[in-house]
Amino acid sequence: MKNPYTELTIGMMRTGILGFGGGPSVIPLIRHEAVSRYHWLDDDEFGDTLAIANTLPGPIATKMAAYLGYKLKGWPGAIVSVAAHVLPSCIAMVFLIAFINVLSNSAMISNMIAAVMPVVAVMLGQMAYEFGEKAVKGLGKVLGITFFAISFLLLQVISLHPGIVIMMFLLYGAFHYKLKDRLKNKKTDRKEESA
Amino acid sequence: MGIIIPIGVAVFLAFFIANILGYGGGPASIPLMYDQIVTRYGWLDNTEFSQMLALGNSLPGPIATKIAAYVGYDVYGWPGFIAALAGTIIPSAVALIYLLKILRKYKQSPIVKGMSLLVQPVIAIMMLLLTWNMAADAVGSIGYIHSVFIAGLAFLALGKFKIHPAFVIILAFAYGGFIIPLT
Repeated sequence: MKNPYTELTIGMMRTGILGFGGGPSVIPLIRHEAVSRYHWLDDDEFGDTLAIANTLPGPIATKMAAYLGYKLKGWPGAIVSVAAHVLPSCIAMVFLIAFINVLSNSAMISNMIAAVMPVVAVMLGQMAYEFGEKAVKGLGKVLGITFFAISFLLLQVISLHPGIVIMMFLLYGAFHYKLKDRLKNKKTDRKEESA
Repeated sequence: MGIIIPIGVAVFLAFFIANILGYGGGPASIPLMYDQIVTRYGWLDNTEFSQMLALGNSLPGPIATKIAAYVGYDVYGWPGFIAALAGTIIPSAVALIYLLKILRKYKQSPIVKGMSLLVQPVIAIMMLLLTWNMAADAVGSIGYIHSVFIAGLAFLALGKFKIHPAFVIILAFAYGGFIIPLT
């Protein structure tokens, strides 16, 4: 199955049909299809895309779907990808409204959805761990842990919106290497002076 | 207002506005959609809106698009369905594509490299908090024992045996549908 349209349709349809619990719960599923299974992009690129997607308004999953489709096949790819992701549940919505009482009052269905939550929690946890690992690898232990603490403080303690926190980090990130170089130069200057 | 706008355009605009102002993904847009659908246009009344939301929550997939699809269809048939989905999805998707295109162009610059590096700790913590919330929801609805049992199996299946998440989710469904009622 090398046809990118077939891959996009199957991959994004699967994430649309199995993503219970709203936007964030579908992110690990999209990551699985895009990174691990079909290699549409690597993990770093996925992380960037997710971060930038969070700084923009509107639903997260459809933005991600559109970008992945666009990356593979331009605008037609974006349309196929988004359609595969949203149409099954959107069409179900139109036709199932007649059964609304059966569906939304059924204990069996609410148990089924609730039973998926621990699975989603595990997937989100794995993603957290992997991004954390990468952050520590890229930034070093001290800076990595410092930035974890700052993120936690801003997101959980102060309850700033994730989009705003990401923007703050992006802004600092733009100057990160410049600052690092300057610090390094200062250190070497000092060493040269003392030598 | 004195101006009469065609209903297809009104549907598009309503969902465009609700989603472009909804910062933080689909769930953040729900109150804004309520404002457009119920308060401004009166397409649904309060009860209909909450019934629709209940149905939406028992189906998979993004919530914002499910609401758009249902209301669009209800108001103006399939053209309304398409107009509502277009208003919900297209603006932010196009913005993301162009923004990333610019960033990817300067991939090698230390500025963009620094940005992608610094975003990782935030994403990690964000995911950690989502994990925590999801776990708390699970415990709240099916209790500790079922939650820990399912999570343990899922961890083994996904992490150790590398089983596709689709199968793990389907198994969890079956567990929720058939085993939880027995206990």
